[in-house]
Amino acid sequence: MKITTNTQQNILIVSVTGRLDASSSPQLEKEFNEWIEDGQNNFIIDLGELDYVSSAGLRTFLAAAKKLKAKKGKIIFASLKEAVKNVFEISGFGSIFSIFTTSSEALEQF
Amino acid sequence: MERELHKKLPAILDSLPEFIKALSKFFKEHGFSEEQISQVELVAEEALVNIFSYAYPNMKGEVEMHCQRINDFIIMKIIDSGIPFDILSLPEPDLKANIEERSMGGLGVFFIRKMTTNVSYQREDKKNILTIKIKKGY
Repeated sequence: MKITTNTQQNILIVSVTGRLDASSSPQLEKEFNEWIEDGQNNFIIDLGELDYVSSAGLRTFLAAAKKLKAKKGKIIFASLKEAVKNVFEISGFGSIFSIFTTSSEALEQF
Repeated sequence: MERELHKKLPAILDSLPEFIKALSKFFKEHGFSEEQISQVELVAEEALVNIFSYAYPNMKGEVEMHCQRINDFIIMKIIDSGIPFDILSLPEPDLKANIEERSMGGLGVFFIRKMTTNVSYQREDKKNILTIKIKKGY
């Protein structure tokens, strides 16, 4: 797994690439905790290069979303590949999160 | 092409990549699609991580994985000698809950049920045996 970020209009765009599984999720969770502690409230998670996600990865997103909800922040998703989209849909995450086709489309939501 | 896969590794998170790699290769050799292999990897990860986390509290142990091709099916068995635990007894998550109410647990077993043809648990000779049946093209 690799994490890259860039900021646009105070929104942190986080690209997660590779595999987000039980081994790699703790690293993303740690990053989320730091970003949120630093006062970052708005996120776009770009999963255009993410090949695989398991429940450990989904829990990381849910934990971040719960924290952000309390701070009136927002986390939305963009560019999901078919396999990842499938996991989001089956788990019900497809309906609790907003998902957009591209990051630029997601940016318009803020 | 191997008809069977056997793998026994320490019940620790560091074993995950080796299990998944072997599993993925086996299913690929048996002509499963990329999409279905991805689902099988997910099912195996959820079952294995549960064992890594809970089967051996305060002690070391091992996990065994067996896969066998029978006609259109692959039968995967995941076996540990840890404390008795039936992952299938866990409640399913509330898929309709919103972000605040949605609980963090229960997703693993949900994927195991959802992405397999059949799954069953037995406790035998002080072992937990999870038997997962996956139909090609399912």
